[in-house]
Amino acid sequence: MDGPNAPGAPLLQALTGRTPAHHHHDHDDAHDHHDHAAIPRTHDANALISARGLWLARSGRAILQGVDIDIGAGEIVTLIGPNGAGKTTLVRVLLGLERSDRGAMVRKDGLVIGYVPQRFEVDRAIPLTVERFVALGRRAEAEEIERALTEVGAGALGERQLAELSGGELQRVLLARSLVRSPGLLVLDEPVRGVDYVGEAELYTLIGRLRTERGFGVLLVSHDLHVVMAQSDRVICLNRHVCCSGVPQSVAQHPEYARLFGPQAARAFGLYHHQHDHRHDLAGEPHPQAREPRT
Amino acid sequence: MAEPFLMRALLAGLGLAVVAAPLGCFVVWRRMAYYGETMAQAGLIGIAAGLALSLNLTASVLAVTLAVSVLLVVLSRQQVVPFDTLLGLLAHAALAVGVIAASLVRGPQLDLMAFLFGDIFAITRADLQWIYVGGAVALGALVFVWRPLLALSVHEELAAAEGVATERVKLIFVLVLALVVAIAIKIVGVLLTIAFLIMPAAAARPLSETPEQMALFAAIFGALSVAIGLFLSISFDTPGGPSIVLMLAVFFAVSILPSVLKGRR
Repeated sequence: MDGPNAPGAPLLQALTGRTPAHHHHDHDDAHDHHDHAAIPRTHDANALISARGLWLARSGRAILQGVDIDIGAGEIVTLIGPNGAGKTTLVRVLLGLERSDRGAMVRKDGLVIGYVPQRFEVDRAIPLTVERFVALGRRAEAEEIERALTEVGAGALGERQLAELSGGELQRVLLARSLVRSPGLLVLDEPVRGVDYVGEAELYTLIGRLRTERGFGVLLVSHDLHVVMAQSDRVICLNRHVCCSGVPQSVAQHPEYARLFGPQAARAFGLYHHQHDHRHDLAGEPHPQAREPRT
Repeated sequence: MAEPFLMRALLAGLGLAVVAAPLGCFVVWRRMAYYGETMAQAGLIGIAAGLALSLNLTASVLAVTLAVSVLLVVLSRQQVVPFDTLLGLLAHAALAVGVIAASLVRGPQLDLMAFLFGDIFAITRADLQWIYVGGAVALGALVFVWRPLLALSVHEELAAAEGVATERVKLIFVLVLALVVAIAIKIVGVLLTIAFLIMPAAAARPLSETPEQMALFAAIFGALSVAIGLFLSISFDTPGGPSIVLMLAVFFAVSILPSVLKGRR
């Protein structure tokens, strides 16, 4: 519990490659009976967002069952889990769009969050240029908007109508809108729906590069570990509670991960990992056996 | 031409056109045409109550439009009956209650037509004051919430995550809508009020690149329709409100034609 939450630890683990993924299966009990036990319940004071024991039930279904999560400055945390695991609900709670029934959350003072939602349907009834749309994120100067668009490779799109963009272009524009806010934390909820496989890999590479340049923390929700693994510092595997967490490699080898995603996914991940040197050559190749069916 | 009643009709119509244009854009963007229609039809209850109690009609209509928006919030908490069904139900229930109440108050000699379709040539100085003072308040409030309201109309969840107080902004919008509907009823009646809001905005949409442009074009279409509609009404002795709405429909038809021919946009 202490290992992966400490700032800098993921890097150390990645270098030594020895730390196994941490297993958090006993959360329910910990919450119910050991609320005052000091060990796991204190917030990480250095984190951008630190949440402890988040519980949320809707219509009698417990969607979040005692989730702890920390996101540190400059860190890319990937949240994976099967459909219905509560990933989007957790993101909504962290964004303040929904209140958890129990648990506590601390945000760093003055934290600005940039958000890229999972679904974005362009409403053709509203005439809107790309520039104007980006400016809705923050009252920004024209140059700032242009810079944000250029940073995501959408510099030429400024005067186009939002409704004319392709899926990939729209994703970049959404990213530009979050960047124009100068965020301390970027939250992306499965930002690649409707984007092809090459576009998906490019988007993650772009996010990784922006993180290095701007130094913000990133919370990335994904259905699929192996496409994001190269960019992730830490992976949290969620299935209503945190099943396991740690550096990408250790999560991929964790039995809980294999149980959730099936041995096929774990094997495919191993294969992918093995060919890691050739990532760029393979970027355009589909990996049908490794991908979770999207429903 | 410079008959005082005609001048007052023109001033009333132009004032309403300017306020209705930006508000109507949001009604279109937020898909609230039927919501506004329900508010307006319920206005007839306000008219009946105003007549019975000898109150200012615009004020009593405003009280009813506000009450209806609260009622809609309460009724939308259940999910067994869809919201548009609820709106249709409430709009016609309100119309039935309003017509019955109005005829009970005034008896069979009541000129129901004037309330259903408005009587723009009967606008008084006091009405003009309501239109301009109320209109200025509505316009000011709309300018105040413009940015957050636009952001949440584009994508509510994203706006909320970026810190827009969505519930408060939506409340202000509904209050402004109730105010403008109450003002408009005197001019174009409970049945044509929503047309005055959505038709200029709809006609402006195909020509616009930005939200503000759409509001501006809507104001121009609204003002032109008022001027031409009143001229037609005087020349051919047709009813005022319907003549204006007819002009709005003509503008819309011309504006939307290229998009229909092209198939998209």
